[in-house]
Amino acid sequence: MKRAPTHSYPGINLGERHASAHKATEVVTFGFWVFLMSDLVYFGLMFAIYITMIDAQAGGPGPHELFDLHSIFAQTLILLTSSLTVGLAMLALKYNLPRVRIVFWFAVTLVLGLSFLVLEVRDFMAMAEKGGVPQRSGFLSAFFGLVPLHGLHVAAGCLWLIVLGIQLRVMGMTDRIKSRVVRLALFWHFLDLIWIGIITIVYFGGLAYG
Amino acid sequence: MLAALVALAVSGPVMGASDSFMDPQGPIAAVQKTHMLRATWLILIAVIPVLVLVPLIAWRYRRRRNSAATYAPNWDFSAGLEFLMWGVPVAIVVVLSIYLWKATHRLDPYAAPFGEGPAVQVQVVGLDWKWLFIYPELGIASVGEMGMPTGRQVALTLTTDTVMQSFMIPALAGQIYAMPGMTTQLHLVADTPGVMQGENTQYNGRGFTGQKFETRAMTQDDFNGWVETVRANGILLDGDTYRTLAMRTDRTEVQAALGTEKMPDNALYFRLDDGDLFHTILGRYHRGTALAVHDQPGTADFGKTPTGQEAGE
Amino acid sequence: MITQDQGFFGRLTWDSFPVAALIRHPGTNEIVANAAAAVVVVGVVVVVALLSWFRLWGPLWRDWLTSADHKKIGIMYVVFAVVMLARGVLEGVVMRAQQAAGPGDGFLAAEHFAELFSTHGTIMIFFVAVPFVFGIANYVVPLMIGARDVAFPVMNQISLGLTVSAGMMLMVSLVVGEFSTGGWTAYPPYTGAAFNPGVGPDYWIWAIVVSGIGTTLTGINFAVTIYKLRAPGMTFMRLPMYCWTIICSSILIVFAMPPLGVAALLLAADRYLDFHFFTNDLGGNMMNYANLFWLFGHPEVYLLVLPAYGIYSEVFATFSAKRLYGYNSLVIATMSIAILSFTVWLHHFFTMGQSALINAVFGIATMLIAIPTGVKVYDWMATLWRGRIRFSVPMLYGLAFLMLFVIGGLSGVILANPTVDYQVHNTLFLVAHFHNVLLPGVLFGLLAAYNYWFPKAFGFRLNEGWGRVSVALWTLGFMLTFLPLYFVGLLGMPRRSFSWEDPDFHPYMIVALIGALVVLGALLSVLVQLWVSIRDRDRTRVPAGDPWDGRTLEWSIPAPPPAYNFAIIPRVSDRDEFAAAKEGGAAYPSPAAYEDIDIPRNTGIGFILCVLSGVWMFALVWWIWWLAILASVLIILAIIFWSFDSSTELTIPAEEVRKAHEAWLEQVRQAPAIDRDDETTSRNRGLARPDLEPAT
Repeated sequence: MKRAPTHSYPGINLGERHASAHKATEVVTFGFWVFLMSDLVYFGLMFAIYITMIDAQAGGPGPHELFDLHSIFAQTLILLTSSLTVGLAMLALKYNLPRVRIVFWFAVTLVLGLSFLVLEVRDFMAMAEKGGVPQRSGFLSAFFGLVPLHGLHVAAGCLWLIVLGIQLRVMGMTDRIKSRVVRLALFWHFLDLIWIGIITIVYFGGLAYG
Repeated sequence: MLAALVALAVSGPVMGASDSFMDPQGPIAAVQKTHMLRATWLILIAVIPVLVLVPLIAWRYRRRRNSAATYAPNWDFSAGLEFLMWGVPVAIVVVLSIYLWKATHRLDPYAAPFGEGPAVQVQVVGLDWKWLFIYPELGIASVGEMGMPTGRQVALTLTTDTVMQSFMIPALAGQIYAMPGMTTQLHLVADTPGVMQGENTQYNGRGFTGQKFETRAMTQDDFNGWVETVRANGILLDGDTYRTLAMRTDRTEVQAALGTEKMPDNALYFRLDDGDLFHTILGRYHRGTALAVHDQPGTADFGKTPTGQEAGE
Repeated sequence: MITQDQGFFGRLTWDSFPVAALIRHPGTNEIVANAAAAVVVVGVVVVVALLSWFRLWGPLWRDWLTSADHKKIGIMYVVFAVVMLARGVLEGVVMRAQQAAGPGDGFLAAEHFAELFSTHGTIMIFFVAVPFVFGIANYVVPLMIGARDVAFPVMNQISLGLTVSAGMMLMVSLVVGEFSTGGWTAYPPYTGAAFNPGVGPDYWIWAIVVSGIGTTLTGINFAVTIYKLRAPGMTFMRLPMYCWTIICSSILIVFAMPPLGVAALLLAADRYLDFHFFTNDLGGNMMNYANLFWLFGHPEVYLLVLPAYGIYSEVFATFSAKRLYGYNSLVIATMSIAILSFTVWLHHFFTMGQSALINAVFGIATMLIAIPTGVKVYDWMATLWRGRIRFSVPMLYGLAFLMLFVIGGLSGVILANPTVDYQVHNTLFLVAHFHNVLLPGVLFGLLAAYNYWFPKAFGFRLNEGWGRVSVALWTLGFMLTFLPLYFVGLLGMPRRSFSWEDPDFHPYMIVALIGALVVLGALLSVLVQLWVSIRDRDRTRVPAGDPWDGRTLEWSIPAPPPAYNFAIIPRVSDRDEFAAAKEGGAAYPSPAAYEDIDIPRNTGIGFILCVLSGVWMFALVWWIWWLAILASVLIILAIIFWSFDSSTELTIPAEEVRKAHEAWLEQVRQAPAIDRDDETTSRNRGLARPDLEPAT
């Protein structure tokens, strides 16, 4: 039975005849979008909490004492580059390049993701040395409720990269794995988006109004 | 049905209660009552047709042999009916909204809508499980009894020195929350002398239901007398006394700890010292240092000395 | 804030068990607490013994616990909800007894009473209403839209597992330690570490977080299912009304559960890690909590009541033998309610000291919801009008709902007025109001759904007589219990009062207790109805699958349906697809060809996550850190291992489908087509004669 090709996901080489694979990918990707929407609400609320608590410094250290924009700049570059490398993995999938290309770009992304985390943790430690711990004030609680939440997402993304990299080798380029690559890429771009929000609202906003 | 309930509740004297806004003792509660009744009647315009028509329709169109009633299995739309179904609720809500808008602004607890002359200032502090009333201009304070003159506006500023509470004297005005480190406001006016109950409506532990007090509305002369009595018979409200007062105790326990024979059985009277107690309490939460559990009134550990340290404020 | 040095079992000691208190100072309060603990323990022992005696562990594991079939998951949800409902009702009766015990202190300690109202609220919302609503949805939605399962069957199983393990925490809290005394809303700073250092609020927090994750996954699942898995031809404007309400409800979940998760997790950060989100000192602000909680809390009540509206829509149409009146209006009204429900959260704390302007705006927004709700009520009345109404059990629930719900609506609009709310907020008036919308609104709807779809799920009808008895008892019990509370609320009695002094309250409290006992009787009558129905099942079987002359797709398949639901996915061309097919003589077609069907294969992941998340919660509550870390690691590993499983589907060969389906079609041909007069007799084998000509 030949159905009209439904190229819902032309980018991931599911094959023209695999109508059911297209449909399955369509459903699962849409579901993932809905999940991201829900996750976005989490972040949105944490941003709102941060904004309401920017003045709740209770005599403790504030943004000017604590934020290191050089490090933030480096983290931003690293994270944006990692979005590019995830994109390259997607291109490798689209053009049916050898599996190893995808794994390679995953590995680069993983290194970038881990570097980001290392820098972030270093920042937190530097803040702690200046008395910037979450126990110090409502403002710092809000900061540490939001920024590490993003960091935790990045860590989860790193774990996912590792697992999916292994699955690419073990299970091969099945339709299910291809659709997982799509979702991981979506997730990673989502984290980038949140990070843009964090530098704008948490760091720049904090310095401007804190 | 609810209308019947309301009508019953409105007959206040039957209930013998001046503890409810159904039997208002001041202009604010009176307006609240009128507003509620007016809203009820208006909403009933939309509700009564349902209560009447549902049984009628159900009976008329019940399935039975040789029913004379019309059967229209595919009828599922009527423009006129739609207009009515949307139109009536919209009209009612528009009217209600106008009333709501006006009443909400008029009865804003922060505004001073009724009463003449300068307001009597009272600072209210919620404690576990009692209310402390501070009269900063008069140099007195009380627990379990709030005196107020009739016909004059009483301006309350509220906070708590423990968890969140909600302050209410139903016969005079509605409630307002009181929160630690923050203040809220409420204005009261009493028309005639009388005793009304006040309470906390936000659950805060085992003494919750005992956290009541008497509001004594008096003529200006009687009020002056009451102030003198409190001042004459009250004990000094210094740091130590306040610490005892702020312990997690109910009204009976605190009466046993601080009451003297010159005070009534269920009220405590105080003289104020020179400090500004209310702002000291507020300031407790804005010192920029962490508040240890034994410095936080309302906790089980409040007032206990941690081993090897001074219990200090 | 963690203060002490912890041993191997964290802060768990012998004193954590209520038995310790009973031995040390026995009293009525301790006896009641221990009786509750004993019921839990004995209940578990009895269930384990029965399962072992009848050798049911194998079937339980194979057919239920590892099943990813939406129908079985739906049934498990409902069973769980009814078990929790029993506890919730009993707690309600104990609370009413305490308040009816007269002026003075009653027989319970204040803190025990506080635990009761906290668990009662938490259970009824999160572990009765939500699982009941989504249990029904699980069963019905894929059948209504012509799908073979939900979009994510395994995730569905995981949702159930998380909901159940969170609910079990409330059961565990009866036996080990104590539950929160902070009400279902758990407002800090009262629930903060300074004022409540015990385990109570922690039980609340983790139960809420875990069940919240489960519910969020459910919401995602059903939104995607209805968006993506509708049968060909089923456009949105041909979607049955019930599915419309479920999709709105799912959208509400996706957006409204995160605020609850944030509120509970930030409270946990305050309690465990000494953060300062909601503390009194160092810049914490409890108003953020109130905003977060009600950003969730208000949409929550609509995500519960909208599906009930959907159920009533189906019931009114079916038992009036008529198309649903005003479908477009109902869709618009449902969507408006869903959207408006996000704009009114502030009305839960009008009395927190905002400006009059803000209060007025939110008050008006709240009243706006009354418009689409009113329209719905009128639409249902128009559906009844010129129908041919059968007073079957679901219809009786529906009629009771219409009459009682408008009273809840009335008190709701009254409460929307900030001016009045200042007086009745935090009083029993409010308690009466939300029970007035949640019982006749949500619970009656769910019971109607239970009676309506039970024959579809189990192949036989529920007993009609006992069904009527339970309608009567629920209605009477509700009225006696809650209408007096409106009164006492107006008289100024605060909610959550374990004692009171005003003698005027006494008669109302007595009536309310009698009402609570009637409600208890109503619950028992539901169980008796089930028992009687199972006993008499041979006389009430409806294998042909259409006992009520149904109008939507779920009635066009066998009762109970096969694992794959539809032998052939139907093509839809009408809103009341099955009614139209019957009218046109096109019902029960014989397919020309059959195809292989893939159904989800059994998996243990949901059960494993259920157990592990339970261990994780318990370890966190009792500060058993090594166990919490171990459980976290195992949860992550379990998910990773599961993701390596590539054979998630089981294929049923076309031949097998053909055999089963044709055997059923033969059964349909054999069944007598019965008139609606015989609907509740044993002649009803599930084949309906269209009821279009005037009855003679």
